[in-house]
Amino acid sequence: MRWIHGCAPGVVTEAMSALSRLWDSDLFWSFRTTPTAVISAVVALVCILGAVAAPILAPFNPFDLASLDLMDAFNPPAFMEEGSMAHLLGTDDQGRDVLSAIMYGARVSLFVGISATAFALLLGVLVGLVAGYAGGVVDAVLMRIADIQLTFPSILVALMVDGIARAALPREVHDHLALYVVIFAIGVSDWPRFARTVRGSAMVERNKEYVLAARVIGISPARIMLTHVLPNVLGPLLVLATLNLGLAILSEATLSFLGVGVPPTQPSLGTLIRIGNDFLFSGEWWISIFPGLALVVMVLSVNLLGDWLRDALNPRLR
Amino acid sequence: MLAFVLSRILQAVPVMLAVALIAFVLFSFVGDPIATMLGQEFTPAQRDALVAALGLDQSVPVQFIRFVGNALRGEFGLSYRLSRPVSDLILERAPATLELAFCASVVALAVGVPMGVYTGLYRRSWLSRAFLTFSLIGVSLPTFLIGILLILVFSVTLGWLPSFGRGDTVQLGWWSTGLLTASGWKALVLPSITLGMFQLTLIMRLVRSEMLEVLRSDYVKFARARGLRERSINFGHALRNTLVPVITIVGLQLGSIIAFSIVTETVFQWPGMGLLFIQSVSSADIPVMAAYLLLIAAVFVAINLLVDLLYYAVDPRLRAGRGH
Repeated sequence: MRWIHGCAPGVVTEAMSALSRLWDSDLFWSFRTTPTAVISAVVALVCILGAVAAPILAPFNPFDLASLDLMDAFNPPAFMEEGSMAHLLGTDDQGRDVLSAIMYGARVSLFVGISATAFALLLGVLVGLVAGYAGGVVDAVLMRIADIQLTFPSILVALMVDGIARAALPREVHDHLALYVVIFAIGVSDWPRFARTVRGSAMVERNKEYVLAARVIGISPARIMLTHVLPNVLGPLLVLATLNLGLAILSEATLSFLGVGVPPTQPSLGTLIRIGNDFLFSGEWWISIFPGLALVVMVLSVNLLGDWLRDALNPRLR
Repeated sequence: MLAFVLSRILQAVPVMLAVALIAFVLFSFVGDPIATMLGQEFTPAQRDALVAALGLDQSVPVQFIRFVGNALRGEFGLSYRLSRPVSDLILERAPATLELAFCASVVALAVGVPMGVYTGLYRRSWLSRAFLTFSLIGVSLPTFLIGILLILVFSVTLGWLPSFGRGDTVQLGWWSTGLLTASGWKALVLPSITLGMFQLTLIMRLVRSEMLEVLRSDYVKFARARGLRERSINFGHALRNTLVPVITIVGLQLGSIIAFSIVTETVFQWPGMGLLFIQSVSSADIPVMAAYLLLIAAVFVAINLLVDLLYYAVDPRLRAGRGH
């Protein structure tokens, strides 16, 4: 108790002052005064919350086969004449609640998008630092690879990697690993942009005096890169990563829509749209359109947030 | 001029060789082509004969050279899935994809450039704002969703346009065209809009920002001071100078259009190369994948080369030596 009495006020005021510093910072001021940023942040948060807390918030568990009732199949959304309040966005061909399926699907989409972006970020930062710091032949080879890959659309690279993995792995192994194959494929297709940003900055910093000084006192190249060079690119990297997250979610949805993405046992938003596409002609439009809407809202909010971040962190635009 | 062209071509060769190497590795080391081609029952003699026929008993560099030689002659072996020569399959499907890509580019240019010019000239009008909002949505909507929405509105609800296939086609030699029949034209509408939408918004935004840039420049002010008519300033001076980046982007995007046709062709069951490719990916049909990879790489390299050369033709500064 003494400890709490002794320390709590200090911790609280410190936290308060940290918060108020955050509130007063340039970045946050720009955030507060940009309505688009606030709205898209709120929407993105709602999407993320709905996805992460799907097992708690979703009205039904779409994976619980026992709770599915074929009698409930093809129920239209609640606002239509034959809809019921039990299924706000209707049900699909197997009587699954579309809203719950979307929440669980967004979970998969978000997981793949974030993992793939993290993977691309790590790979890109590593390659960029090595290329920029080492220079010479290493730099030329690595950046040539990045350039070649950049001339191809990333979805094509992802499709190729996915196809090769499908051919190289035995079927059972692939079914088991499909989710990670997709993450790998999308990550590999997106690394060059990160690498180029980091490399540019690493080349600039490499010849600055403080880096030379650090080298003179015998600090290892790896440590120089991580503690001195990397912090200089955190801003641009954050912007790139945010914009990339939107692209990665779209790539995953496209792969899954094409039927070569995440396994059908873990349907993402793209898978849901593909399944719903079969029922478009019989009039059950809600099975594909609502997951599509959820995808667009999610990607749009992330993209707008990324756009704002890019403008806010770019001092030339202030 | 010749030196410039030659150096560009020399730069393209290693890229193609690198892609060929990937395709070769894919072709010879992923999966077991012998087992796939022989099926369940075979004698050791049959096996050896096939190994010799495919040249798999030779050293790897020799195999690679043979692979490149075959690729140059357009021979990629038999499709695992359809047991037909890959080159035949691709040739059969190419016209559908190329016609679709062409129509999509025409849609993107014919709508995108005027919209870009308008939003650049009349920045504050409500129509410009509407165009910009539209372009934001166009960028955020994935291609397949645009296709599904168009099908829902124009095929399912209104019943105006077909939602799958090419309609009736006419055979001109080996080229099958859908451009000569009414049903072929009808079938082209929705896929072309779907495929061209992203490029359309891109072109519009590009033309707009370039127009804004150029309209602020000194020579436009000077042209105004000379008392030239608005019309000739806007189109003769401003639009003309925005064309270089527009050519680049449109050229480079032509490759993307062909690549993204994979998605559009899947939505509309369009019998082109993209549909062939996606079917090959899901059934691990390596020869078709390798051939498609090489073909797309060749298209991209050729387009990059052409854009470089067009730059050279359009921008006089490049011709005057190494100036920037």
